[in-house]
Amino acid sequence: MTRRYSKLTISLIAVVLGILVGCLILVITGRNPVNIFIALIRSLTGFSVNNPARGINIMYPLNWLLSSVPIILTGLSVAFAYRTGMFNIGGEGQFIAGSLACATVALLVDLPPVIHPIACILAGGIAGALWAFLPGFLKAFRNINEVVICVMMNYIALYFNDWFVRSFLPIDKLTLARTVAFPETVSLGDLSFGTASQFNYGVIFAILGVIIFWFIMEKTTFGYSLRATGFNSEGSRYAGMKNRRNTVLSMMIAGAFTGVAGAIVIIGSYGYGRIFTAFDNYGFDGISVALVGGSSAGGVLAAGLLFGLMNASETQFQILGIPSEVSDNIQAAIVFFVAIQYGIKIVLDLIGKHRMNKKVKEEVA
Amino acid sequence: MKKLFKMALVAVLALSLVACTSSTDEPAPTGSTATTGETSSVKIGFVTDTGGIDDKSFNQTSYEGIRKFASEAGLVEGAFEDGGNFTYLQSGNEADYVPNLSAFGEQGANLVAAAGYLFQSAVEEVAAAYPDVNFVAIDVAPIDLPNVQTANFMVNEGSYLVGVAAGTKAIENGSNHVGMVIGGESASMNMFWAGYQEGVWSVCPECTISYDNANSYTDSALGKTLAQKQYNAGATVIFACAGGTGNGIIQEAAERRTNGEDVWVIGVDTDQYSLGTYGDGSQSCVLTSMLKRVDTATYNASKQVAEGNFQGGNIDYTLADEGVGIPAENPNLTESDLAAIEEAREAIISGEVTVSTEPQTSETNPLIIG
Repeated sequence: MTRRYSKLTISLIAVVLGILVGCLILVITGRNPVNIFIALIRSLTGFSVNNPARGINIMYPLNWLLSSVPIILTGLSVAFAYRTGMFNIGGEGQFIAGSLACATVALLVDLPPVIHPIACILAGGIAGALWAFLPGFLKAFRNINEVVICVMMNYIALYFNDWFVRSFLPIDKLTLARTVAFPETVSLGDLSFGTASQFNYGVIFAILGVIIFWFIMEKTTFGYSLRATGFNSEGSRYAGMKNRRNTVLSMMIAGAFTGVAGAIVIIGSYGYGRIFTAFDNYGFDGISVALVGGSSAGGVLAAGLLFGLMNASETQFQILGIPSEVSDNIQAAIVFFVAIQYGIKIVLDLIGKHRMNKKVKEEVA
Repeated sequence: MKKLFKMALVAVLALSLVACTSSTDEPAPTGSTATTGETSSVKIGFVTDTGGIDDKSFNQTSYEGIRKFASEAGLVEGAFEDGGNFTYLQSGNEADYVPNLSAFGEQGANLVAAAGYLFQSAVEEVAAAYPDVNFVAIDVAPIDLPNVQTANFMVNEGSYLVGVAAGTKAIENGSNHVGMVIGGESASMNMFWAGYQEGVWSVCPECTISYDNANSYTDSALGKTLAQKQYNAGATVIFACAGGTGNGIIQEAAERRTNGEDVWVIGVDTDQYSLGTYGDGSQSCVLTSMLKRVDTATYNASKQVAEGNFQGGNIDYTLADEGVGIPAENPNLTESDLAAIEEAREAIISGEVTVSTEPQTSETNPLIIG
C-alpha cells in the first residue's frame, strides 16, 4: 500500500489520541474525564459548560492566546532550523539571551514610548541570533554536532544571565533577586479588555513571525536554497548553493525568533529583568510545536495554539480537580503519536485495506 | 479535512471576538463578597510557586496552615466547583502566577494565598483587579492595598539562635569553625546570614565561618560537594539554608557521623531532624532547625477571613510571637546548649539584643571564608 496521508491528518489523529490518553489516565485514577473537555472549552471560549449562568469570561481565551504567543515563536525557530537540516535544541539559551538583551535596553537606554519596546524586542531578536551563531558556525565549518553545542549554550546563557544582571543592571532592593521594574515607556500595551489577563500587543510579533517564516521559506530564492541544504547539504553545494553560509544564517534566524519570544515574555508577563534559577521550557515546547506542526508556518501556528491551550488549561484542569500534570501527559502523548507516525500510517492503511476489501466484496455480491 | 480545520479555527476566533464585546456586563461570580463571616461558605485558594505543593518546604508548609484551620473549622478540601472550601493551583513556571491568582479571583475565593518573593508583582497586579478578594502573600514586601496582607518573617532572629547553637558546638569541639550554605542571593537570605553570624560570634567571637552560595534550591549533589568542602576546611556545624540543596549537606553530615566524625548540620524552615537519621535510625546529624512558621501566617489569615476580621497591611512574624524559632524537641542539644539559646531568646524578645538584617561580608570581616 502506498497511500499518502497529509501531515494534518496525522497531527489531528495524534491530538485526538493524546486527549484520549489523558481521559484514560483520569478514568484509571478515578476522576471524571468529561472535566478535560469542560476545561478545554472554558480555556478556548471562556464559556462554562457546567455553569452556563456565568456567561462568557473573556479572560480565559485571552490567557490561552497569551501562552500561545511565545511557543508559536519558539516553534517557528525550531521549524526554521529543521527545514535547513538542523535541530535547534538551544531555544532555552536563545530565550534567556533575548530576555537579557531586552532587559538591558529597557533599563539602560532612554527612548520614547512605542519605540522603546520595539527597540527592546529587536535587541532580543539580535541577541537570540548571536546566541545561535556559534552552534551554526561550528556545525557549518567544523561539522560539530549542533545538539551538543546548543545544550551547552543553554547552560552558559543561564549562568551568564545571572552574572550579567547582578553586575550591570539595577537590582531590586526588596528582593535582591530581580532587577527593578522597567520604565513605563517599555510596555506592550493592554489588550485585556478589562480582565486581569496580561494579554498584550506582543501577539503582533507572533503573527509577523508566521508571515516572515512563510515568506522566507516558500517565496524566496534564499528560502529555497535553505530547504535544498536541508534535503541534501552536499547536493546543494554541488548545485552551487552556499550551504555553509545557509547553515549559519538559518541557525541565526531561528535564534532570532526565540530571542523575540524571550523579549515579549519578559516585557508582557514580568516587567522586570529576571535572574533565572531554571529553564522556563519555552524553547523545549517549541520542539513539540514544530514537530506536531510539521515545520510549516501554518502548522506551527496551529500547533502553537494547541500547546498554548494545553498550557493555559492547566489552571482550569486544577480548578476542576484534575492534576496539572495531566496536561503534560497529554502533550507528551501527542508528541509521541506524531513521532510514531509510521505506526499510525500502517494502522490507517490496514483500515483502508479492510474497507476496500469490504467494498470489493459488496460489489462482487 | 483541511478546510474543516480552518473553518473550526475561524469559528473559534470569531467566537472569541464576539465574547470581547460582551465581557464588561458579565455577572459577578457568586460568593465573591469577601469576609462573609460564614465559615461554611468560605473559599480559600493557594497558589504554589514552581516548587509544587509537595516541596517539603514553604509551599507545603503554607498549605498545611490552611489545612490546619480547615480541619478546625470543618472545611472540605476540593475544587470550588465541586463544593470544596479550599484547594490549590500549581504553577508550572513564573508566568503562571498571574493567571492562577486571577483564576481564584474569578472563582470568587474569599482568600487567596501565595508564598515567595517572586509573587511580588503578580499579587500587586491581581489584587488591584479583584478588590473584593483578600490576599495573603508570604515573604512579599508590603503592598499598599486594603485587601492584601503581607507576612514577613524575622528570620534573622531565629538564625541568631541556631548561630548560638553552632558557636557553642564549635567551642566544645575545639575547631572554632562553622559554616553556612545558602540557596541563592536574596534579601531574605541576607537576613538568615546576618542573624547566623551574629549568633555565632555572640558566643564564639574568634570563630571563622565558611560561607558558600549554591545558587540552587534543588541541587542536592552540589550541596554534598559544598558540605565536603566546608567540613574538610574544619567546620563543625553547617547551617544548610538552601531548600533541597540542603538534603545533600544533611547526607554528607550523616555519613561523616557514621564514620565517627564530630560534625553537625542545622536544618531550615521545618524541623528536619528526621531527615538526618543514620545508623539504626535512633540518632540524627541534625543539631537543630531554624523554623520559619509560614503555616502560622496562612492559618491566621484563613481564620481572620472566616471570622470576618481580615485586615490588610504587613505583619512581621518574630521570635516573640513564635513565627520563627527552634523546635520544641532538640535531642542533640545538651542542657547547657539549650540554656545558652534560651538566654539569647529572652535577650532578643526583651529588646536587649537587636539582631541586624545586613550581614558582614568576607571583604569587611576576615573571619568569613567564602
